Amino acid sequence: MSGYHLGLLVLLSFNVIAAYAVYLPLAAGQLNLGIAGFMVVGAYAASYLNNEMGWPVAGAIACGGALAAAVALLVAIPILRTHGIYLALATFALGQVIAAIFLNLEVVGGASGYPVTAHIGAVAVVGTAVGVIAFMALLSTTRFALYLTAVKSDPLVSDLMGINIRFIKVAAFTLGAAVAGVGGGLYAHYFNYIEAQYFSVMLSVYTVLYVLLGGTQTVWGPLVGAVIFTLMPELLRASAQWRYALFAIFIILFMAARPQGLITAGVGGYLRKRFSREAV
Amino acid sequence: MIAQQVINGLMLGGIYVLIAVAFTLAIGVLNFLNFSIPGTFMIGGMLSWAMLKVGWHWTFAFSAALLCAAFVGLLVYWLTYRPAKNSDPEVPLVSSLGFLVLVENIAIIYLGSDQQSFPQVLADFNMRIGPVVIGGAQLISLVVSLGVVFGLSIFLKKSNAGRRIRAIAENRDTAALLGVNVGRLVPQLFVFNALFTALGGILFAISYLQVSPFMGENLGFKGVSAMIIGGMGSIWGAIIGGLLIGLVEVLSIQSLGSDFVNICVYGLLLVLLIVRPEGLLGKPAARDKL
Repeated sequence: MSGYHLGLLVLLSFNVIAAYAVYLPLAAGQLNLGIAGFMVVGAYAASYLNNEMGWPVAGAIACGGALAAAVALLVAIPILRTHGIYLALATFALGQVIAAIFLNLEVVGGASGYPVTAHIGAVAVVGTAVGVIAFMALLSTTRFALYLTAVKSDPLVSDLMGINIRFIKVAAFTLGAAVAGVGGGLYAHYFNYIEAQYFSVMLSVYTVLYVLLGGTQTVWGPLVGAVIFTLMPELLRASAQWRYALFAIFIILFMAARPQGLITAGVGGYLRKRFSREAV
Repeated sequence: MIAQQVINGLMLGGIYVLIAVAFTLAIGVLNFLNFSIPGTFMIGGMLSWAMLKVGWHWTFAFSAALLCAAFVGLLVYWLTYRPAKNSDPEVPLVSSLGFLVLVENIAIIYLGSDQQSFPQVLADFNMRIGPVVIGGAQLISLVVSLGVVFGLSIFLKKSNAGRRIRAIAENRDTAALLGVNVGRLVPQLFVFNALFTALGGILFAISYLQVSPFMGENLGFKGVSAMIIGGMGSIWGAIIGGLLIGLVEVLSIQSLGSDFVNICVYGLLLVLLIVRPEGLLGKPAARDKL
């Protein structure tokens, strides 16, 4: 595998991890526009633990994820009082505030960025991404995934059916943040350098865009969205700016023509039918 | 010194007022969080700069920018609002974010990603009231933006078209039933909205003499914050929110340094969303759509 392909695969892995971090709360009907804020927590926490405290890389990254989850849990209780647009904007504001705090934190380099000494290879990043996909696929077979869909479709009825809506919402939000934190930690140790400016609003926005492009009805939608977002510009051989412009055009037309996303529950059923027919 | 900063904050707030009013109109009447608004704001500033640079007279340059923004507004209506009427609530929001990404990147491709200095259109004059200096361009833009917003407020209250718009805001179906031509009024509203924000972009460029493709992202999102802080759907709320955000921004630069602006502005938004989600002047959310 050439360096180019490996680089692409790693990029895809980061995008996939971010996609699932957005997908989990979205599956429960929460649009999280502050996912970059949780990545920043994971990235800086993991780097700090590894750099200054001498923790092993794996432990530091896991702890980064846990810290991101802890931040999410802490803010979930007040933030999830809001819903709809208010929630989207609250997460947006939260992401901005977190990134700005790290930008001003002199202990991790402030605005000049923070070098990370320990390096992890591409295998670890890709492996984690595969692990995240496997975990999400597994999760989609449990009742928890059903609860998420129920809470998204009709909170009132699911409440009447005895689902603890608050718990489900907080769990989805926190779990998503944990995934984002792990992604941030991996990013820091793969590129060996982080700066808070990288984790901007637009990073969150792009992630949300490609997740919705893939579709949130099934667990495979975010994966497809991330693949399209990563590979489409490479195939088109376009410059960095054209890639975003084309992606935006794609998103606009797609939302107009097929707002439920590329992969819907129906597509899965169709494929399964085809597949079983061929097996017979 | 504080008086000077308060004046500066109010001047900057005037720009936010325009953006916040545009957002508030979209959300109040159409129940649609139109994230393409920062994009049209950027078009207003950036395109006027580009046209002035190739030697156009400022009247033509500004008209071209307004025209282009109006066209984008119409596109947003056609491609975002109309198809998404009956779909998942996050779809129009995402699609309008797509428009923001699109215009921003097109601006970067054709005009470069650097911050550009905007030529001086108005003669440079300052007014002094005691120790306080008031920039002429800033004062004009504050007066224009507040004037436009007051005009809009009266228009909505008194005029026939304003009454129709408020009818749609109240209940779309009933308005249609009572003979309001919703299919014609709504695109007009989109165009109007885009013109409004593009005007904000031009005023910003005139008074602060700098434009960049990221100005929409930087200022537009603060405009959303202003709208939320004031209360969604309320024009007076947008005015108060806009001026407040401007004050907070300038005062936080003054006392803490420019790196703390985002913490203060978005921290304020976050606290307010948690404590009083309906905003300072908003009514408690009755209808809720993403």
